[in-house]
Amino acid sequence: MTERESGNRALTAVRDRPLLVVFAAIVLVLTLDLLRRLLTGAVGTHDLATYLWNGAVLGLSIGLAGMGLAMTYSILSFANFAHGDLVTSGAVAGWIAAFLVAGWGDFAAEALVHLGGPFPLNTNTLGISVTSTPVAIVVGLVVAAVATAVLAVVVDRVVYKPMRDQSGISLLIASVGVALAIRYLLVFTFQAGRRGLTAGQQTPSFSVPIGGGTISVNAHQLTLVVVAALLMLGTHLVLRHTKLGTAMRAMADNENLARVTGIPTERVVLTTWLLGGALTGAAGYLIALERGTLTMDFGWLLLLLIFAAVILGGIGSVYGAMVGGIVIGVSSRLSLVWLPESFIVVAAFLVMIAMLLVRPSGLMGGVRTA
Amino acid sequence: MTPETTRDEADVGPGSETEPLLQVRDISKRYGGIVAVDGASFDVEQGTLTGLIGPNGAGKSTTFDLITGNQSPDAGQVRFDGQDVTDDRPDEVAQRGLVRTFQIARELDEMTVLENVMLAPRNQIGETLWRSVVPVARDRVVDQERDLREAAWETLEFLELDHLAGEYAGTLSGGQRKLLELARVLMTDPDMILLDEPLAGVNPTLETKLLDRLHELRAEEGLTFLLVEHDMDVIMNHCDPVIVLHQGAVLTQGSPAEVRQDERVLEAYLGGEVDE
Amino acid sequence: MSSETAGGTDGRNDAVLLLGVALGLYALFTVVSVLLGYDLNGIVNTLRRITFLSAIYAILVLALNLQWGYAGLFNIGVAGFMAVGVYTMAMLSTSPTSTFPGLGLPLPIGILGGVLAAALLGVIAALPALRLRGDYLAIVTLAFAEIIRRTYRSPVLEEFSIAGLDLGTGGSRGMSLPENPIRIIFYQTPGDPASDPSALGAAIFDFSSGLGVQPSVVVGWVYAIVLLVGVAGVYWLLMRVGFSPFGRVLKAIREDEVVARALGKDTRWFKIKTFALGCALMGFGGILWRLTGGYVATSMFEPIYTFYIFVALIIGGAGSNTGSVIGGAVFASLLFQGPNFVKRLVTEYVAVGSPPNTLFDAIGALGGLDVTPLVAYTLSDVNVAALRLVLLGVVLVYLIQNRPEGLLGHRKEVASPIDLGERDRQEGQS
Repeated sequence: MTERESGNRALTAVRDRPLLVVFAAIVLVLTLDLLRRLLTGAVGTHDLATYLWNGAVLGLSIGLAGMGLAMTYSILSFANFAHGDLVTSGAVAGWIAAFLVAGWGDFAAEALVHLGGPFPLNTNTLGISVTSTPVAIVVGLVVAAVATAVLAVVVDRVVYKPMRDQSGISLLIASVGVALAIRYLLVFTFQAGRRGLTAGQQTPSFSVPIGGGTISVNAHQLTLVVVAALLMLGTHLVLRHTKLGTAMRAMADNENLARVTGIPTERVVLTTWLLGGALTGAAGYLIALERGTLTMDFGWLLLLLIFAAVILGGIGSVYGAMVGGIVIGVSSRLSLVWLPESFIVVAAFLVMIAMLLVRPSGLMGGVRTA
Repeated sequence: MTPETTRDEADVGPGSETEPLLQVRDISKRYGGIVAVDGASFDVEQGTLTGLIGPNGAGKSTTFDLITGNQSPDAGQVRFDGQDVTDDRPDEVAQRGLVRTFQIARELDEMTVLENVMLAPRNQIGETLWRSVVPVARDRVVDQERDLREAAWETLEFLELDHLAGEYAGTLSGGQRKLLELARVLMTDPDMILLDEPLAGVNPTLETKLLDRLHELRAEEGLTFLLVEHDMDVIMNHCDPVIVLHQGAVLTQGSPAEVRQDERVLEAYLGGEVDE
Repeated sequence: MSSETAGGTDGRNDAVLLLGVALGLYALFTVVSVLLGYDLNGIVNTLRRITFLSAIYAILVLALNLQWGYAGLFNIGVAGFMAVGVYTMAMLSTSPTSTFPGLGLPLPIGILGGVLAAALLGVIAALPALRLRGDYLAIVTLAFAEIIRRTYRSPVLEEFSIAGLDLGTGGSRGMSLPENPIRIIFYQTPGDPASDPSALGAAIFDFSSGLGVQPSVVVGWVYAIVLLVGVAGVYWLLMRVGFSPFGRVLKAIREDEVVARALGKDTRWFKIKTFALGCALMGFGGILWRLTGGYVATSMFEPIYTFYIFVALIIGGAGSNTGSVIGGAVFASLLFQGPNFVKRLVTEYVAVGSPPNTLFDAIGALGGLDVTPLVAYTLSDVNVAALRLVLLGVVLVYLIQNRPEGLLGHRKEVASPIDLGERDRQEGQS
């Protein structure tokens, strides 16, 4: 291609996609400014590393939580506003199990099942952490995944299945109803309020020296990162190499097509809720583990961020959710360089809105479930 | 029958003496690897009932979309009444007096037949927000609404839909929906109508009545029609000229007799390539 | 002609319907109050409270109905526009001597400013609406409302000054609001809580105290009546907007925007105007709601409030203005206030004792065939509030599955200022 032709190509690209160019320009300017600050020492290398590490942790949490949302979006074609409360449910179920395993015999059963609450339950005495009570942690993770998968299927049978033929908006509204019901049943059962989960004193944490300072890495962050990565890998394998995974991908692209070719769509729907629900429950459990505390609405509060990740990555694309989550996580931490803390989430939402307007197919555009 | 408020008595019909009313030049549209329209070019003269035929997949509906702005062509130009309308939005094209019906009738299901028809006329002063609210202005809206109502009833009576006036459009049968589409476009008081299979499901007596009316409108008010129809009798008996589309391009055009005798047309319909 | 083709609703029937609903609700709550042993003051205050809430919800539901019921624009950012209305009013009219100062301008200016600000934000919110379909628009409007709420909550904007003028949002602590304007009628110094009554006020209070009704309830009722006038005004406005060619195009946009455009309607402007007007009314409703409360905080504008308004609209029937008013009243009185009254009725007549600490204790007691702890637990204030929301969720799912058209959504409400079914019999029409 001659120079003139490539020049013309570039000009056409700019003219056709002005918003994308603006977006790219902003990213470029910010990157250069970041470099400048690094060089002048306004931002230390260790600061940058902290942002990147914390961003990765946050991003993987959101990405993991978003995978289930992307699946239901692509296969059932609606925005599930109850997704955040499934995240919370997973955390609640998983942590009850973890408490029971860790504290059985030493603490009253009611106190454990109630995750403390009004009972005096000193989490440092209970001593849950990934190194001191690994069995409890693992059991909790499994219970979280299984319980949420079951809950998701039950909700589908009761609420969404009778409405299969209705519009995406109707399903969205129904999911709002489901969200309210789940959240406030949890509040009714366990009461609102923040609960401690892990023994902060017993959780190993390392200070890694970098540049002029250190970054702090704790074992629960590592656990989340490792487990999330493994779950994403596992999901990838399922989607690529199993019959049901292939069927899920086919259905994501075209439900009518799937019906015609004989793939049993109800079976795929069931698998979607089971797999998506399991991932979502695991995500909730791990997020609570990393934070060390639990409230009954933490999933709901994360919902829009999870939507932002899914939209950024490309609605309906499971891989997009992973990528979108990491982008949201890292960029929201990085934006602390420029923005006050109270505006970080605002910035993430603005990026999401911009994405929907400019390129609704997302970063991984055009790709569906896989 | 046409609404008074949008009719200018002195205006018999647009289009200059020299330029065709609708000029389509080399329009193309592709979707990924599929070429839907491939350099189609044709003219439609004012005051004609022009037919547009072609086998399935020839690109007729896409061509309509490209002309009316529902989709934008990758290349080419569309001129209407001497103006370049290639990049116009659908509502801009309609405002110029070029309207269309849809192959699969698009009814406003939860609005009544009368509401559907009353929606259509252009330049309704009541479509401005403040005029609907402010007391004195609203009186004038009411006056215009009364005139439009009369025109609406006449149109419905002519199309034999008046007994369904108060029904939700969603309850209509297929043929009735097509008639409603027609009622709507007629109410816009257009200069040219693109008709996409308007007679599907319509009974033969009514069909004849409709075609007679189209000719009347053509002769008396200078309306122009571009008609897509699968019923060859209708095309051959009522349209002149006839344009033949094949694989996204114009194969030939001419009088019905000429087109009927053109071997390439027959081959196109039987499927397969046509030698140039 | 048959009423099916009538443009507009049958005005008289609707007035009767609305009056009937109002009287029915008043009767119900009077009975409940009597059963609870309230004195006259208590009964009057209860009726005042449901009037207040029903009127507020009626206005907000009417506004949402314009956007969603008529034009099909799925706006779940209602709470955000309410916030803009109230905060702007506060920044304009709150006294400069408050902790977080406003400009101290007269209240009417503040209210006007709040409404205009909400309208402006509405126009901005409309821009994505021009391009996005239903569920994407829902996400964007929710994000928009959250952006607004978090901005008002940010410590960065807690206090700031522009051109030498001190302003602030109060951040997470909120701002105080101007005093209830109704007090001007009744008190000599309305801004002073301990003020003496005015001459008119004294006369009225003497009369009401003679009956046993306290001054604060009287003032509250006058405000509620003003709200009812407000509802009537908004209703009148939106009836005219809906039953007109403008309203007709809105309905067409909801049904099939392609058709509206194919008939020459520039739907972009219709959407922008609908957002502007609807959001202005949401700002107005927000102001009326919070004005007498003395202060505003961002916790008053969490997404749950938007969902309340949505449920009320679905109950009443999306697409119907009369339905919106009825839905607002039914929601506010029965679904929102109702559970509290049920709780009070039960505890009035059934001795339940104090509630156990946890649900598990209550369930444990079931083993000993003792239901009372469970009932007591369920009826504690906190849990009634939680169950109320569970009920809301269930009602929402039920309605969407079985009766999405709500109470009045099935009615044929033809969008025209005249009865389309009648024809002019006078001739010479040509």
